[in-house]
Amino acid sequence: MTISNNDTGQFAEHSESRQLSEQEQQWVDKFMDETTLFLGPDPVIMRNHQIHERTSHENDCMSSQVDPVKADRVRKRLAGALDEAFEMCESMGAAPGAKWADLSVAVYTAEGDVSYMSNRGVIAFAAVLHHPIRYIMKNWKDEPTVGINPGDGFFHNDSRFGMVHNTDQSMLVPVMRGGRIIAWVGATIHEGENGACEPGGMPSGSESPFDDGLRASPFKIVEGGRLRRDLLTFLQHSTRDPKLMLADIKVKMGAVRRVIETVDRLVEEVGEEAFIATLRSTVENVETEVRRRISELPDGTVSFNQFVDSTLKENILIKFACKITIKGDSMVVDITGTGPEILNRALNSPLASTKAFMTQAILSFWWPDLPRSTGALSPIEVISEEHSWADAGYDAPVGQSLQASFRGFSALQTLYAKIQFSAPTKYSNVIAPWFNQINDFLWGGTTQHGEQVGNLCADLNGMGGGAKAFRDGEDGVAPLFCAMADIAEQEVMEEEVPFLQLVSKRIVRDNQGFGKYRGGMGYEMIVASRGTPAWGFMTVTTGAKFSSVTGMFGGYGCPTYPLAMVKNINIYDIIRKDPSKFDLSMERVMNEQPYEGGNYQTAHMGLQFDVAKEGELYMISQGSGGGYGDILERDPELVMGDLELDRISDKVASELYGVVYQPDTFVVDQDKTAALRTQMRQDRLKRGKPYKEFVAEFVTPEPPKDLLYFGSWGDDTDELVATHWGKSEPERVTGRLEDLPLIMMPDRRVLKIEKLSKRVDELEAQCGEQVQHKS
Amino acid sequence: MRIPMTEYLAIDLASERWLCRVCEHDLGNARGNYKEGTLVYDRDPREIHPAILDPEKYEYTFAPDPNFCRILEFYCPGCGTQIETEYVPPGHPPTVDMLWDIDALREQWASREGVPEELINYGPGENAIAEPRQPHSHH
Repeated sequence: MTISNNDTGQFAEHSESRQLSEQEQQWVDKFMDETTLFLGPDPVIMRNHQIHERTSHENDCMSSQVDPVKADRVRKRLAGALDEAFEMCESMGAAPGAKWADLSVAVYTAEGDVSYMSNRGVIAFAAVLHHPIRYIMKNWKDEPTVGINPGDGFFHNDSRFGMVHNTDQSMLVPVMRGGRIIAWVGATIHEGENGACEPGGMPSGSESPFDDGLRASPFKIVEGGRLRRDLLTFLQHSTRDPKLMLADIKVKMGAVRRVIETVDRLVEEVGEEAFIATLRSTVENVETEVRRRISELPDGTVSFNQFVDSTLKENILIKFACKITIKGDSMVVDITGTGPEILNRALNSPLASTKAFMTQAILSFWWPDLPRSTGALSPIEVISEEHSWADAGYDAPVGQSLQASFRGFSALQTLYAKIQFSAPTKYSNVIAPWFNQINDFLWGGTTQHGEQVGNLCADLNGMGGGAKAFRDGEDGVAPLFCAMADIAEQEVMEEEVPFLQLVSKRIVRDNQGFGKYRGGMGYEMIVASRGTPAWGFMTVTTGAKFSSVTGMFGGYGCPTYPLAMVKNINIYDIIRKDPSKFDLSMERVMNEQPYEGGNYQTAHMGLQFDVAKEGELYMISQGSGGGYGDILERDPELVMGDLELDRISDKVASELYGVVYQPDTFVVDQDKTAALRTQMRQDRLKRGKPYKEFVAEFVTPEPPKDLLYFGSWGDDTDELVATHWGKSEPERVTGRLEDLPLIMMPDRRVLKIEKLSKRVDELEAQCGEQVQHKS
Repeated sequence: MRIPMTEYLAIDLASERWLCRVCEHDLGNARGNYKEGTLVYDRDPREIHPAILDPEKYEYTFAPDPNFCRILEFYCPGCGTQIETEYVPPGHPPTVDMLWDIDALREQWASREGVPEELINYGPGENAIAEPRQPHSHH
């Protein structure tokens, strides 16, 4: 840095005169080093996802050809050790997430690139940890008050330093030989509770980074093999579940130690050089192979826009734009056009977290056969503007960052169907969009055992799969972030937490992404608290007004998902008196309103912590994957199969799928079905308008007036549209991202009070009533 | 040589035209946006995703809100096949979702063996039954 480069302020004109001398520059650098207030996230580290350049030691280790047998031994042994460590975390972890596979264990190079990862678990967790390792290496390795020594272990959870989201916690441990770090081993678990403004670690109500809970930058929690009790106490004191914190730090440490034991034996057997060379060559080979695979794809540009309908507090519409350009062996992912960050809402994501889910898409849906390595995203350029909601700045809350980062996944997963369709060699199926929301209950309060807890149900893992090019998607199969997760036994959970899932895993009729092949379907969940002095539920999902996933090649997306509640009842009293009332479904309860005195209400799926009195019903549905292909191509027998199982209604079978059948026997009338479908295709030709004529009628120069819109309007512009509350009324602003005003949403309760106050004034005026309002 | 580019769209390299894979209708210049050759319909999303909760009683029903979300349906003018759908806010320009480099595509296929329409067996009509294939084998 030189002072003469400072062109940001009023001093710029005075600083053009000369460069600093070497001595002066040293003084400035020394002054800056000695007076650093604190070491926040480092943009040089955080904005870079490329693999680290080969170190001189790695170069030395790789100077001679590694014996392939030795390399194979390293790989297989590490794979086994990592899977064992994964199972240790899964079996012993206290976090509900650990029990359902929301974790991963990985081995990194000395500079932090992922080289191997457990087969099961969340790829994105491990794919983002090169950032904190680089932070530790840059700032703590040579820092006299910290240092890195054998047996040390580092903890962090703040996604600004590289983490999927703040509810995850890592344990990063160096592997050292002769004072040199030769590798890192890391374990990460979705822990849940983290002391945020709401229990459970994923606060939809977060309005500042300080509401996001624990903000642990990487620090040394284990020193020389011993857990530091002062820091542990601080962590326990900072969250609602001190038992969870203690248990899982130990579990992660134990799992990592087990991997290191294998590494130690391996280094003894094959030698340090071969071990290091194998780690490094895997990272480099993956990068090389990714380039080769990109070159097999057609050159061109594909685009996909997603629109998210809520801040988790109010309905808005914010865009996630994505354009992928391929040329030869290069690929560029451009997400400019994406809406701005909202500085007092929880949905923003750091860029590194968004990229972690791009890696998730690549390593699970594009090329699942590749070793899970930093090399997978490394050769792909990502263009993004800081301060968009998918590339949030330091001051934006990120408590529910999955809202943006999951869209990074969906962008890549969805577009790949178009990218790879014409490639003769496919490493994965052509598939419609996977469901991409956490349709799940988070919960917190006091359990029947008197413990304070905050966490979530395993149903987040029950996302519906996208339809494939040759068969239907699978119901409630797996979350987008973990191919082999578990939706758990609800009865086991009920031993630990004070609520029942009165309805669990029942498919909701017509909750389907329709198509030639339909998406996997989601199921409903109805919960009610019981036997607790204090309890509450939350939901953290968008997609109640705008479908979260689309279809593919003419198929349709998923429907939208409401939160339904019946307050002021106690379902347990009701069914105790009349067990026949235990015939619950969201549709029946809400439409028939069978419980006298109940307050029946729906809302979008951003529910902040809501006190749940005993027996009040909370109802949601898991989502469906997108459909594939034209619905009129669906085999009528498959339509009847769904109808017979009550997966779809008669209306959908006949009016959408165009099947004519005997309602009592489900026997298809083939001729009439063919005739009906021919007619339906003719109807399309009648109502469809030529593209240019349609665009002239449909497209408007800006979003509808009442829509609180954020993002580019169309794709051929550098400008974003945003909604700004400079005054009490929303104002639409347009400009480049850097020129937009800071975006903050008003408190919806204030808006409601304003509206109600106006109405009171109107009514008072109508009645001629004179009322003295004191403020 | 015809390259299947999606379930319903192919590019004919000789004529450089987009073609419907069902009826071979010409959908325009392969260097451009195939959507320009389609018929488009602005679908009220409630017609596709029916309300499961009573819309007379509730704001949130499982059906998308038509003031937030429209479904654009793109039809082949020849056979009425629904080639693509797109979920957009009302009035948002349709996305130009694919633009391919035809010269590079031609070059890429010149170096490949086999007939594209046999190598890529996902498509309309008979249900394609295929698991991910080994390189250059497809059954």
